[in-house]
Amino acid sequence: MTAVRCINLCKTYRQGDVDIKALDHVSIDIAEGGFVCLSAPSGGGKTTLLNAIGGLDIPDSGEVYIDDQRIDNLSKGDLAELRLRKIGFVFQAYNLIPVLTARENVEFVMQVQGVLKHDSADKANAILTEVGLQGLEDRRPAEMSGGQQQRVAVARAIASKPALVLADEPTANLDSKTSDELMTLFTELNEHYNTTFVIATHDTRVMQYAKRLVRMLDGKIVDDIDQRAA
Amino acid sequence: MRLAAILFRLAWRNLWRNHRRTFIMLSAIAVGVWAMIFMTSLTRGMVDQMINDSINVLPGHVQVHHPDFLDDPSINNPLPYSDAALGEKFAGGEFGQWASRVRVPAVISSERESRAVTLLGIDPSAEQGFSFFDYADVEGRFLEDANDNGIVIGKKLAATLDTETGKRIVIMSQDPENEIADRGFRVVGLYTADPVSVEEAYAYVGKSTAQSLLRIGDASTEAVFFGDDYRNVEALYDAVSGALDDSVSVQRWYEIDSYLGTMLKTMDGFVFVWIIVIFLALSFGLVNTLVMAVFERVREIGLMLALGMKPASIVGQIIIESMLLLTLGLTIGNFLAWATILPLQGGIDISIVAEGMEMMGASSVLYPKFHVGDMVLASTIVLVLGFLASISPAWRASRYEPVEAITKV
Ligand SMILES: Nc1ncnc2c1ncn2[C@@H]1O[C@H](COP(=O)(O)OP(=O)(O)OP(=O)(O)O)[C@@H](O)[C@H]1O
Ligand SMILES: [Mg+2]
Repeated sequence: MTAVRCINLCKTYRQGDVDIKALDHVSIDIAEGGFVCLSAPSGGGKTTLLNAIGGLDIPDSGEVYIDDQRIDNLSKGDLAELRLRKIGFVFQAYNLIPVLTARENVEFVMQVQGVLKHDSADKANAILTEVGLQGLEDRRPAEMSGGQQQRVAVARAIASKPALVLADEPTANLDSKTSDELMTLFTELNEHYNTTFVIATHDTRVMQYAKRLVRMLDGKIVDDIDQRAA
Repeated sequence: MRLAAILFRLAWRNLWRNHRRTFIMLSAIAVGVWAMIFMTSLTRGMVDQMINDSINVLPGHVQVHHPDFLDDPSINNPLPYSDAALGEKFAGGEFGQWASRVRVPAVISSERESRAVTLLGIDPSAEQGFSFFDYADVEGRFLEDANDNGIVIGKKLAATLDTETGKRIVIMSQDPENEIADRGFRVVGLYTADPVSVEEAYAYVGKSTAQSLLRIGDASTEAVFFGDDYRNVEALYDAVSGALDDSVSVQRWYEIDSYLGTMLKTMDGFVFVWIIVIFLALSFGLVNTLVMAVFERVREIGLMLALGMKPASIVGQIIIESMLLLTLGLTIGNFLAWATILPLQGGIDISIVAEGMEMMGASSVLYPKFHVGDMVLASTIVLVLGFLASISPAWRASRYEPVEAITKV
């Protein structure tokens, strides 16, 4: 089964008088259990592509499929349901709900899904420990560093064991050691649960963990390398 | 249910995020609700008093007359039952306290002046506790029993007739054969009434004395019944109607004194309008607070939507927040109202500021009346309208575009 399939996606933004092609006829298939890094210079279209895959943004043209279900024509409510049940997100700019503690933020998706209280609390605690935040469970985002906040976001994205994780610069604020730990965690999840990962990054360390490296430039895919062969 | 739990938690935490704003809103709601209930209790106390006074001067909560008596209140339309027959019918406790009276138009004359009055023949012992003479001031003495030979008239009437206690006056009316029925009485008491117009309208004599004057044996023209609360006379009305056939007409007080009845309705209407007006003032603050709150939270609301929370849950979250705020404010406001009204129930003397009130038939001491129903009414109105007022900001929040929230830096 294909976890993600994009066919001829186009998305144009207008900035002043100029049209910017954030996505320019992008087609890509990602198999279930794939571990893909999207790399591109800043402005290359990574976030735009992740948003289209996650059903957060509707492309101007083209088709998006998640688990062979077409999603670019779904209603807002159906898209919300799809995101809730199938996808774990790490966003690039804004991730945590300020009035909730680290644990509550991690629990949030499970709670909305209706997972039982002690299940979700246990899972949240366990995952926070795995991302190295033991002892910080009851802090609010404002009381944590950028890197700690980012790890809470990662914990939330994987806590509900979604089939697909879309992570936009998940290591941007982390030192290399923590980045490595996080990527190892992703790799384990990928192997144990066959979770599909699509990770946008600038970080060459992160790219090394990927099974497949997709390079973009100006909204186009310019390179697609299977790294397992190498 | 976990969803509900998270919505409550978010609403509650967001409520306390901006302490100052929340406290200001809470004070506004509390004061507004306090004002609603306090003013209502004053109005209610005033109306209660006016109506009770008036009912006690005259009508009785439920009354029985000859069907034609109200159109032609004369001795030609007496009750078809003797006092003895009435006594048998209304022996049971379900009829409350009751009395029969003789009420006829008459002319009262002193050696100087004559005036038309309504002559009331009453049995003071039967009306004890309800008669207006239990409250009114009487100079001299009031009637002692149904056979009393004296007459009690209003002070104002006495002045008009140029008479006083101890002097004699003549009452002239008709008997059932349309013959003149007249008789002299000694003035034994002068009453003062509030409103003063009452003082000129009614002259009181013993019931038996009136019956013999009018040559009607032990007949009377009306039977009156007193229940516990003038606002709730239906049970009494049903009991009384059930005991009688349609040779008589049974009426509630507000059907007879339609002025009082209308006034009661108008006052109830005022109370309602007053509550709504205060709420409208409050609602500006409420809606403004919510719009601001929602606007400040564009990003996190977008984030929740992006993570897969349904727009309906966003609406729910904002409305819960608004309801929590209102409920807190209502609790404080209701408590304040209760705490301020209770100590004042003994009466507030407003004679210095309210001379004009007496002309409306109100007295110069206000007795605020605490009524749980008013609290419930005010609280319900605030909650229901507050709910409606919250819909628009909540809806707006649920329409946010998640992608804008999470990509803006
Ligand atoms: N809402 C928008 N309005 C206008 N232009 C936009 C908007 N969002 C993205 N763009 C433009 O589209 C292009 C692709 O943006 P995108 O955010 O996908 O890049 P990116 O690869 O994620 O970059 P970065 O590494 O900086 O996050 C950029 O040129 C950007 O300026
Ligand atoms: Mg980006």
